[in-house]
Amino acid sequence: MSMLFVLIPLAIALLAFAVWAFFWAVRAGQFDDLDTPALRILLDEQRTPHD
Amino acid sequence: MVRCFHCHGPLPTGSDLAVELRGQRRPVCCAGCLAVASLIESRGLGSFYSFRSAPAAPPAIGPDEAGNSGMPACDWQVCDRPEVERQLVQALGPGRSELRCRVDGVNCAACAWLIDRGLDDIDGVEEICVNPLSGETLVRFDPARVRPSAILEAIARFGFAPRPVPAGRTDDAATAAATRAELKRLAVAGLGFAQVMTLSAALYLGAVKAMDTHYTSFFVLTSMLIATPVVLYAGAPIFRGAWMDLARGRLGMDVPVALAIAIALGASLVNAFRGAGQVYFDSATMFVFFLTLGRFLESRARHRAGGVLAALAELRPLSATRRHGSGLERVGTVELAPGDCVVVAPGEAVPADGVLVAPQGLFDESLLSGESAGRRRELGDPVLGGSLNLGTAPVEIRVTGLGADSYIARVGSLLQRAMADRPDFLRLADRWAGGFIAAILLLAILAGGVWLRLAPERAFEVVLALLVVTCPCALSLAAPTAFAVALGRLARLGLLLRSARALERLADVDTWIFDKTGTVTEGRLRVQEIELHGSLDRARCLALANALEAGIEHPVARALRTALPSGTRLETATDVEYFPGYGITGTVDGQRYRLGSARHVGYAAERDDSVQRLYLGDDAQLLACFELADTPRPHAASALAMLAAAGRTVALVSGDAQGPVQAAAQRFGVGQAFASQSPADKLALLRTRQQAGHVVAVVGDGINDAPVLAQADVSVALVEGSRLAQAGADIVFTGHDLRIVARLPDWARRTRRIVRQNLGWAALYNLTAVPLAAAGLLAPWMAALGMSLSSLVVVANALRLNRVLALPADGPAEGPAQASRPRVLAEQEVA
Repeated sequence: MSMLFVLIPLAIALLAFAVWAFFWAVRAGQFDDLDTPALRILLDEQRTPHD
Repeated sequence: MVRCFHCHGPLPTGSDLAVELRGQRRPVCCAGCLAVASLIESRGLGSFYSFRSAPAAPPAIGPDEAGNSGMPACDWQVCDRPEVERQLVQALGPGRSELRCRVDGVNCAACAWLIDRGLDDIDGVEEICVNPLSGETLVRFDPARVRPSAILEAIARFGFAPRPVPAGRTDDAATAAATRAELKRLAVAGLGFAQVMTLSAALYLGAVKAMDTHYTSFFVLTSMLIATPVVLYAGAPIFRGAWMDLARGRLGMDVPVALAIAIALGASLVNAFRGAGQVYFDSATMFVFFLTLGRFLESRARHRAGGVLAALAELRPLSATRRHGSGLERVGTVELAPGDCVVVAPGEAVPADGVLVAPQGLFDESLLSGESAGRRRELGDPVLGGSLNLGTAPVEIRVTGLGADSYIARVGSLLQRAMADRPDFLRLADRWAGGFIAAILLLAILAGGVWLRLAPERAFEVVLALLVVTCPCALSLAAPTAFAVALGRLARLGLLLRSARALERLADVDTWIFDKTGTVTEGRLRVQEIELHGSLDRARCLALANALEAGIEHPVARALRTALPSGTRLETATDVEYFPGYGITGTVDGQRYRLGSARHVGYAAERDDSVQRLYLGDDAQLLACFELADTPRPHAASALAMLAAAGRTVALVSGDAQGPVQAAAQRFGVGQAFASQSPADKLALLRTRQQAGHVVAVVGDGINDAPVLAQADVSVALVEGSRLAQAGADIVFTGHDLRIVARLPDWARRTRRIVRQNLGWAALYNLTAVPLAAAGLLAPWMAALGMSLSSLVVVANALRLNRVLALPADGPAEGPAQASRPRVLAEQEVA
């Protein structure tokens, strides 16, 4: 059970990393458009070859 | 009733235009729709029709040089001029530039997909990002391989109207930065909340079954380490708001919220350092998370429709023809200076306010003033920037007003003043906040005093528990959660709410003011009926009428043109004479024809009703009578009747002339109608009503409606209208059926009921818990649990709104603008 003294700080470290990663994503503009990505998945399909 | 496959507009009688889609023949209403549909099919993008959730916007058409009807008219070459390009295109680096535009006609995800696919093929275009809700498009391209004009033309070919937006505008950047900051706070609150709850779960279990003090203090320590920065960072705007409220001497809603967070966090910190007593880190983080979520959704809604500045920037046409020495040159509107002489071709928009240099001109000011008939101007008269040249010949105008001096800018400042002057309305929860806080603090002091006297060693603990239990979490969450849920639900019905106060205010509205053109009607003149009186058939009559009206951009001419089957070669009329206000006479194939009013054609037995009619005759007899009408919005009459039946006053206020307004009032069964109202007139009318104590809601769409929409207690703008109107309105309606708008008061009342229930529950919880805590009977863990549960109950009750805000079974169908869930119409449209 004393393992908790290692695991929990590890969890906190992961949390800190997660927050940093999210901040990086926001700064990189990944979240600027929250509406289209959900729909693009549905609409992307095989294009009929032309030209 | 069969409608145009592309834009769902009514099919003109006798039309046989159709497009071949995947082997099936689909009818279309006009050459423009045909051109766009054919392009979509030829590029292999036919799935657009199966995925779209709203009909396409009718594309702009015009005859091209060869005289063939049905080519999209656009001229984007001017965007390649260095001065204009500098304004529109932002250079991000070598070989990478960015062009932003707001695309009109994008009203669902499938349209965004279409633009994305349509531009994909262009060599040099790297990234395309289209927002289906606002139409905002971002294109990143290599300026060496592709020109901005090519990109804009590609978008226009699909029937959309791209409006390039000046690059690097400040209000857009500020909004983007604010949204990012909110998103960061939300993420921190959410992640911290999850972590602290996990640790708290351990603590709760440890309270039930004895746990080693090492572990207890360890969990307390780690929760403290996580919760403190999370709560302080995510709750920073709340603390700032509370501070500002206190500085102004007001007890707004932010004060009890900030107090609640401070108490929960403070009490927990104190107990953590003492090493004894209950900690409330989980309640604090949960509370902060729900609050941040509610505020995030609310501000997303507010920023959706875009700012006033952005809307104003888009009203000026992009290019103008300027007189340069002895010749003409095509320049960007940004390059014009006062004193320049510009030539405005028939159908073009006047680039800036000016003075008419030609002997006379006819202008369409419908978007500016609501007048549906053209406005005649003589030599020396002022001409408004943004109006369209309805005449048959180009007119010359000397530019006088640019930027802040122009009519459009003046409407914009009228709008901004109206927004600032908006009647204030204290929201339900705000009214309770002040008294509640005072009561809590008083109680805490009293209880503390009593306990200090009786049993000083327990005093601290009791006061702490008391403060925690009276923490107004439920109270603070009552309204924001209800609004957040209502926002989502109404959005699916096609109503984009921009402010919470509008929803609450709707329940009190007793007067509804509707604009006419474009609001209760669709603003499109169409040939409804063709009566044949002579020997010629319908197609021939249409061809003759079009020949005589060739080159004219009047709405009547446009209606005639859309009624013409596509691919028909336009006949040429020679010896054409124009009689302004009466009609046209011309020769086609050797025969002399007249088109215009009954008098012009020589027809005596004219019916005297408010229907607009156009007569065609030759020298001997009357050949045909075209009946023209502005298409009323579907179910508009029943929507207005619904409101009147509920006991509300309904009025029609329009910039159009007395005749059409009276006719519309009769057709829709509206009691009060006001015609020829300028934007200032409309505003004055509204103010009089408001001063008389009425709560007024306004529904409109045009530029002239923008100030009155901003001043109204509640306002609804239509998505097909001008962006300026949408910028000033509380609600943007993306659907077509006005009956959904008529349902708003009912829904507002239901939302208010849920908010009242939440507030009642919060009050009840506090009233029962407080005496218990004051008497020292409340165990600390009970206080913590109570805080969390009361918040959860409020949230759950608010979620009920998803079911409560519904359409009746017999009423209008579910709102068409489901940008969040495209319907796949597999059977209907594709098979």
